[in-house]
Formats: sequence, C-alpha cells, structure tokens
Amino acid sequence: MIDFELSPKIAAARDMVHMLAETQMRPIAREYDEREHEKPMDFITLMWNLQQSQAAQEQAKEGKDGEPSERALRTVVMVEELSWGDAGIYLCIPGPGLGGAAVQAVGTPEQKERFLSRFKGGPPKWAAMAITEPGCGSDTSQIQTTAVRDGDQWVLNGTKIFVTNGLMAADKSKSDGFVVVWATVDRSAGRAGIKSFVVEAGTPGMTVAKLEDKLGIRASDTATIILDDCRIPYDNILGSPEVKKAKSTEGFKGVMRTFDATRPIVAASAIGIARAALEFTRQVLAEHGIEVRYGLPTAKLSALEKDLMDMEGELEAARLLTWRAAWMMDRGQPNNLEASMAKAKAGQAVTFITRKAVELLGPLGYSRDLLLEKWMRDAKINDIFEGTQQINLLIVARRTLGYSSRELS
Amino acid sequence: MLAVEELPRREELSMVDFELSEEQRIIRDTVVSFAREQIRPAAREADEKGEIKAEVLEQAWQLGLAQSFVPEEFGGFGNERSVVTGAIMAEELAWADLSMALAIMAPRLLLVPVCEFGSAEQKKRYLLPFCTDRYLSASAAVVEPRFDFDAGAPATTAFRDGDAYVLNGEKCYVPLAATSTHLVVLANAENGSESQPALFVVERDAPGVRIGEREKLMGIKALATSRLSLENCRLDRSSRLGADEPGAVSRFLNLSRVALAAMAVGVARAAYEYARDYAKERQAFGVYIAQKQAIAFMLAEMAIEVDATRLMVWRAAWKLDRGKDATREACIAKRYAAEMAVRIGDNAVQILGGHGYIRDHLVELFLRNARGFAAFEGMAVL
Repeated sequence: MIDFELSPKIAAARDMVHMLAETQMRPIAREYDEREHEKPMDFITLMWNLQQSQAAQEQAKEGKDGEPSERALRTVVMVEELSWGDAGIYLCIPGPGLGGAAVQAVGTPEQKERFLSRFKGGPPKWAAMAITEPGCGSDTSQIQTTAVRDGDQWVLNGTKIFVTNGLMAADKSKSDGFVVVWATVDRSAGRAGIKSFVVEAGTPGMTVAKLEDKLGIRASDTATIILDDCRIPYDNILGSPEVKKAKSTEGFKGVMRTFDATRPIVAASAIGIARAALEFTRQVLAEHGIEVRYGLPTAKLSALEKDLMDMEGELEAARLLTWRAAWMMDRGQPNNLEASMAKAKAGQAVTFITRKAVELLGPLGYSRDLLLEKWMRDAKINDIFEGTQQINLLIVARRTLGYSSRELS
Repeated sequence: MLAVEELPRREELSMVDFELSEEQRIIRDTVVSFAREQIRPAAREADEKGEIKAEVLEQAWQLGLAQSFVPEEFGGFGNERSVVTGAIMAEELAWADLSMALAIMAPRLLLVPVCEFGSAEQKKRYLLPFCTDRYLSASAAVVEPRFDFDAGAPATTAFRDGDAYVLNGEKCYVPLAATSTHLVVLANAENGSESQPALFVVERDAPGVRIGEREKLMGIKALATSRLSLENCRLDRSSRLGADEPGAVSRFLNLSRVALAAMAVGVARAAYEYARDYAKERQAFGVYIAQKQAIAFMLAEMAIEVDATRLMVWRAAWKLDRGKDATREACIAKRYAAEMAVRIGDNAVQILGGHGYIRDHLVELFLRNARGFAAFEGMAVL
C-alpha cells in the first residue's frame, strides 16, 4: 500500500540525528572546511560512542517484533540529516562505511564476523574502499593493481587513489581498520579477473602516500594508497577466487553489487546538502517577505518564487527516487536500475540547487561568512563519486534498453 | 457528507511503501488493457477527426472508471475512493490518449465535488439522475481566457441576491461543455463582506448560460472544449457546493492538479516509450541509434524523470487521501510534471528526427498534448 510516512522508529531516529547535526556538526562546519586534513576528533568520538550504544540496543531487539527490515531506508534518512549538518564531517564518521558495505555484500559469514565485529567496541575504527587508480576510474575492468597467489597468501601490487577515509582506515596509528582493495588476479580475463581483498590497517607494504587537496568535503580525507608487495592472508579475498573465463562476469557483478547499496546512500548525502541550501535560502528570503505563493499562475509568480519551486521539485524528485531504491533493497529486490536512477538524479539535483542558492542570495551566497558557497563546493562530489552522473546514466540506459555493456558502451 | 476531516487516517500503521495494493494492481491491469486495446489504436483518428467515438466512453463507464466510488444508493459501485488509485488510472488512460482520458474522467468533475462536499439533498439531486447505466458527460468551467488567470481569484462573480446567486463571467477550456448536462463553475462568491472562490453546479440549459463555439487548440483536438459565458445566470443558493467548508475549493483545485500531473506522467511515458522503441529499431552507421550515448542518455533521463514525477504525483495524492492540505505538494508536482512532459515530448520528437515531425508517428501528438498542461486547470479531478 503506497505510503510516504516514515515509520515512528525511523522518524524518531531521524529527529535524534537531526539534533546532532544541528548542534554538533553545523557549528564546526566552516572550521573544518578551512582546516583541511584535520579531523573533528570530539565529534568522531561522540558518534562512535553513540553507534556503540545504539548497536547494542538494536541487537537486543533484533528479531523480536518480526517487522520488515527498514535498514536501508533508515540509513538514507539518517545520511540526509547528517549531510544536512555537514557533508565533509559526515564522511569522517567512523564505522564500516564503504569497505564494510563490500564485506556485507559479498563476504562469507566467517569474513563478516572476522572483519565487521571490530566495529562493536574499542576505539573508533574506519574501513575504506580502494577502487580508483591513476589510470582508471569508472572503467574498473582496466584495474592494474594485481593480486598474485603465493601459497596461503595474496601479494598485492599497485597504486590506488581517491580512497575516502583512506588514511583513517589504512594507518594503524589512526585505527584498527581495513581497506577493501580491488585488484585483478588475471589481467587477461578482463572484468572476470577483478576481485576484492581486505587489507588490514598497518599491513606491511601498504602505505598512505598522499592526501588530496579538494574543492569540497575538505574535512574528509581522500588518500593515495600504495601497495608494494603487500602480503595478506589467502582468505581475505571477498567472494570466490575462481576466474570463470567463459565470458562470465559473475565475480565482477558481485563486486558491482556493492554499488546498489552505496549509491542510494550517496544520493541521500546529496539530498542533505541540497535541503540545507534550500532551507537556508528560503529562510533568508522569508525574512525579507519573499515566500512562495503556491497556486498562483506562472504569470503572477516572481522569478525567485519560480526558482524556489523548481528547487523544491528537484529535491523532492531526488528524495523519492532514493527512498524507492532503499526500500527495494530492504525487500531484497534487485535495485541496480533504481539505485543508479537515484544517484544520477540526486547528483544533478544537488548541483543545481546549491548553484541556484548561491545565485539567488547574490553577495551573501558567494561569501565565506555563510555556508552556501561551501555547500555548492561540497555538492559537486555527489555528482562524481560512487559513479559519475554519466556512468549512472549509462547504467540506466543499459537497463531500460536491455543492452549489454558491449552493445552500449 | 464526507467531510475532509473525517477521511480515514492510518498514521499509526505507517511505514514507507512503494507497493500497490492488490486492489490497485487489479484496477491498473484492467485500465492498462482497456487503454492499450481500445484507446491507443483510436488516438490518431480521433485527433484528426476531432471527435471521440461514443463506444469508448461507454465502455469506460461500464468499467466504472469514473463512478465506481459513488455510493450504491446513488448509482455507483460503492468502492472506496482513493486519489492514489485515481492517479494510477489517470496515468494509464493518458498514456493511451489524453483527449480520451479527459473525456472518460469528465463525469468526475461533477461526481467528485458532489460526493466530497455535497449535502444529502445535493447528492440525491445530482448523483441519482447522473449515475445511470449510460455514460453522461459532466464538465467544469474553471479557466478564464486571460494570460494571468488565477484559480484562487476568479474574475467570474457570483453575487448573492436573497436566496439566489447571480453569476457573471467568461470561461474557456470547458471540456465537453456542449454535451454535458451539468457544469461545475468556479466563481468568486460575493455576499456583503464575503468574497471567496466557490463552486456552483450549473445546468447547461439554465437561463444566462451560453456555450460558445468549439475552441481550436494546439492539442487535445479530439476533445471538444468550448468557451462559456455566464450572463446574469440566477442559481438557487442550494447549487453551491461546500458552502460550509472553507477548504472545498482549494481541495478541488488540488485534486485537479494531481489529476493533470498524473496525466502528464502518462503522456510523457507514452512519448518516452515510443522514442525508446523507435531508437531500438532505427539504424545509423551500422548500429541502432539507441546504442549511441547521445540518444541513450536522452532516453535514460526520460526514464528517470517519468519515475521521479510519478512518485511526486503519488505523494501528493497520498496526502490528499489522508485528508490533509497538499497545496504545496500538488502545485510542485503539477509544475514539475508539466515541464517534464513538454521536455520529454520534445526529446521524443527529436529522437525520431524528421519522422517525429510527420503525423504518421504519434510523438508529435504527444508533444502537442503535453504542451497544454501548463495552461490546464480544473479539467480533471481524482
């Protein structure tokens, strides 16, 4: 039955997270944008402790009420609030993150236990995902990093760039985290040879070579990670080590499935920034007596009102697509198409909305005294990471047209 | 009388859900096959000839598409009325043809406001003779022929004179005006200090009602629309609907915004699917043109926008089902849907290239129909 009302549980969690975003993130948003590469450690500790107590509560409740899962939906609702607080600081929040999502999506029960149980206690920990290389981004079939079997070990060699939280996850002095590294076990096999491997923080041969200076999300570290004869245990491979050469891309599809879970989350982050910008713009205009008069004909609306309505429409469209993708995930339905739809739309929407907000408030919008210019800078990453807008359009096109990647490249 | 506040509320059971109910699926499947088999094949000829075959309207009436929610005692099927279900139907009908969708749904222009806002006496008076075993059209006169027409402040006036209202004004885009027995007219009720928009049921043959010539529009050419002049048209005050409900007009307009937005989704989807199928058959430079990113990306955007807009429409409809004010949601959905439909219609013509401009293909018809949504108001309700 069609329903757009959040369950009381999610609504309550959203309100709590919103309070955190408002009181703990917004006040330090500008500071950690300016102090690039520094971490808001007080906030990080706070969030880690909150997660611990919440996880304990949830475990106690699990399976008791027999209600359908709303995990993915709850996640996108929470992420919207956190990102409304600050998108860069949100990305610093410790936890399993993208690396954990990969383990969750393709790991065995034993691996899930071995890699994910660490997030249940002790000091804050991060997990990261390393896919992109200097020579390849969206075309992951061109990955050059190699994984060679040597007895009961894999030996990894290669360079990974743009690893979000790479420093926090890979550097043992920062946390007991891990990095999920995508590498090929057989270059001649193309995509079928791409596998993902868990590399524990501090593993000899893995070093953080560089932290990027970025347009936005400056509170979040984006690392270059070098793997130089980095040896990891054989069972740190996620999914099957087998390379099925007969045109099969099973293994590749396995790793790609991670994106079906993470793209709605990135979309939700985009929506959070967009909402922050729209709310602020509307508030400033309202203080000057300018509010949207819904229901008036186009001829009687001011340009500002029309812009605000367009921004609202874009936000609403992106959010509903995102909720749908998450809702499908919760029901175990394949959501590859819907996840990419949400991601493509949200990336477009947030760049449009934040750009408009800067424009509408003129000199205020461009000033670093306010957060609008920062939101516009932060927004742009959502149109790029976890698959650029173009890659997501390509996926939507292939899915809706029924074409393989060979037929539509 | 089903007051707005009395509509069923089930908030305590709420959780986000995108799944249609079993009943909605059955209704949708019925409408889909009717639309595919009976409406779409007749769309081009109806547009060229400027007329809709009576059989289609008759069949739709037999299916109950317009009147199923009317209580059995008044000649309906007595089903629960859901705006979401209405939006699903409206999309499917408009997918097949917008003119016919508007004509099929036209009886609702009378039935919905009478069921929602009418007194027991008004229901007896208007519903009983209307809900027979034959299709009868009803109409609503909302739009006025001015570029800045504002439904919240109509220039048509209804002055109170004793127990009567006297209506004066000029309306346009009145669907099926010449063949409808009843018209719901939006006019500004003025009575001493009171001045606010109100809805009146006007009989077509009442003195002072003049139906003008059929309008010539860019699209919806199969649907007869006319101008309507009201000149000292005297109505008993019992012709006013929802006089005691301050939110009645706003709700009527929101129900119409959602209906039109749902139809815009239908037209856009029709254009998208037509262009998609064409692009998968048309070859250029040794491949299907859909295999070129320039075309594939246009189609991907169309698919995303159709889905996104449908969800916005459903959300506004869902809010109206809960009896809540949905002015913001309905206005945003209608504005978004109207722009989206034109953009998609235009892109569909573009994808077919020269063929898209030829009337052998339907995309030019979809584009012409899509263009109307920005101007349409009150021409359908759910």
